[in-house]
Amino acid sequence: MTNATRLVRALVIAAGFALPTAALAQDRAPEAPAPSTPALPASDQNDQKTLKPVSAFDGIADETERSIAIFQETGKVLLHPRCVNCHPAGDRPLQGMDMHLHQPPVQRGEADFGVPGMMCNTCHGPKNVPVVAQSEDIKSIPGNPDWHLAPIEMAWQGRTLGDICRQIKDQDRNGGKTLAELVEHMASDDLVGWGWHPGKGREPVPGTQKQFGELYEAWAATGAHCPHR
Amino acid sequence: MVNFTLNGRETTFDGDPDTPLLWVIRDAERLTGTKYGCGIAQCGACTVHVDGMTARSCITPISALEGSSVTTIEAIDGPEAKAVQAAWQAIDVPQCGYCQSGQIMSAVSLLQFNPAPSDADIDGAMTGNICRCATYKRIRQAIHDAAKTLEG
Repeated sequence: MTNATRLVRALVIAAGFALPTAALAQDRAPEAPAPSTPALPASDQNDQKTLKPVSAFDGIADETERSIAIFQETGKVLLHPRCVNCHPAGDRPLQGMDMHLHQPPVQRGEADFGVPGMMCNTCHGPKNVPVVAQSEDIKSIPGNPDWHLAPIEMAWQGRTLGDICRQIKDQDRNGGKTLAELVEHMASDDLVGWGWHPGKGREPVPGTQKQFGELYEAWAATGAHCPHR
Repeated sequence: MVNFTLNGRETTFDGDPDTPLLWVIRDAERLTGTKYGCGIAQCGACTVHVDGMTARSCITPISALEGSSVTTIEAIDGPEAKAVQAAWQAIDVPQCGYCQSGQIMSAVSLLQFNPAPSDADIDGAMTGNICRCATYKRIRQAIHDAAKTLEG
C-alpha cells in the first residue's frame, strides 16, 4: 500500500481520532446515504431472499434438468456477497454487498489466515460482536471460531454458477471432499452457517442452512449435474 | 465474572460480559496506555496482545477472554519489545504519539513471528494501524532497525 493511500485512510479515520470532544459533540449518527436503486423488481427481490423447497422442483420430469434447477436455486446462496466475499479471486477478502476490498487492507497469508502481526483473529473473534462506537456502516464485527479465507483454489469471485458447480465437485479444488462430504459441509459446517447469521448490519444469505442442505442432498441424489454456464 | 491474566496478574471482571476489553483495561484497571481511536477495528490504536497474538481491544468483549493472557503496552517485554522500544526512541518515531502504543504492539508481534521482515512484511503487519501524523516511514525504518539489533 502506498503512503498516499494510508494518508487518505488516516484522514478518513481522523474523525474517530478527534476524541473525546468529537464524541461528546456528536449527538446523532451521520446521515444515512440515499438508498440505492434496486436492480431487480420487488417480486424478484423477494424471490432472492428465500430458498424454494426441494418439492418445488418435483415438476421437472427430466432428472438432469431437475438437478441443474436445484443447483441453480442454491446459487442464490453461493453467489451472495456473504459467501463470495471470503472466496475472493485475489489475495484480499471482500466486504459488503458491493463486494469492495476489505478495509483494513489485510492479506491472505500463507495459511489463508492473514500475515504475522495482522492475522484474521486480530479483529475476528469466535462470534459476531456488535460495535460500541457510532458508525453508519459497521454495526458489528463478524466472527466465527473457524474464521478464515477460502483457499485460492476455492475462489468463486467472478466465476459463473456452472464453473463454481464443477469446481466444488472437483476434489482437487474442494479440499478433497467426496460428494457426500460436500453435501454434509453445505448442510452442517458452522462457518458456512455463518452466512445465515452474519451479525448486525449484514444481510444474511437466503433461506436457512437446513433448506440449503436439503437442496444439496436432492442435487446429489439427482446426479449432481451442473449448469452449462 | 471473567477471570483472565492482565500483564501477568490474575484479574477478575464482574461487570457486563459484553464490555469491550479496552474499557476494562482503561476504566477498570486504569491502564491508559492503550488508546481508543475508532471503536470499529479500523485504526489499530487499541491493539493489545491476547495469548501472544495481536487483538483489537475495542471490539473484543471481555466475555471472550476467560482464561486468556492479555498484555498491554505497559508490560510488553522480551527481546523484540526492547529492540522496538530502543529503535523507536533512537529516531523519535512518534509525532503526536496517540496511535503509537498500538503501532508498537503490532510491530513487536511482527518481529516475534518474523525477526527479519521485508518492507512488504512490515506493510502487511502494520496495515491496520493508522497514524494521523503519517509517521509511517519512521515506523518502517524503526522496525528494520529493531530487526537488525535482534540479529546480533
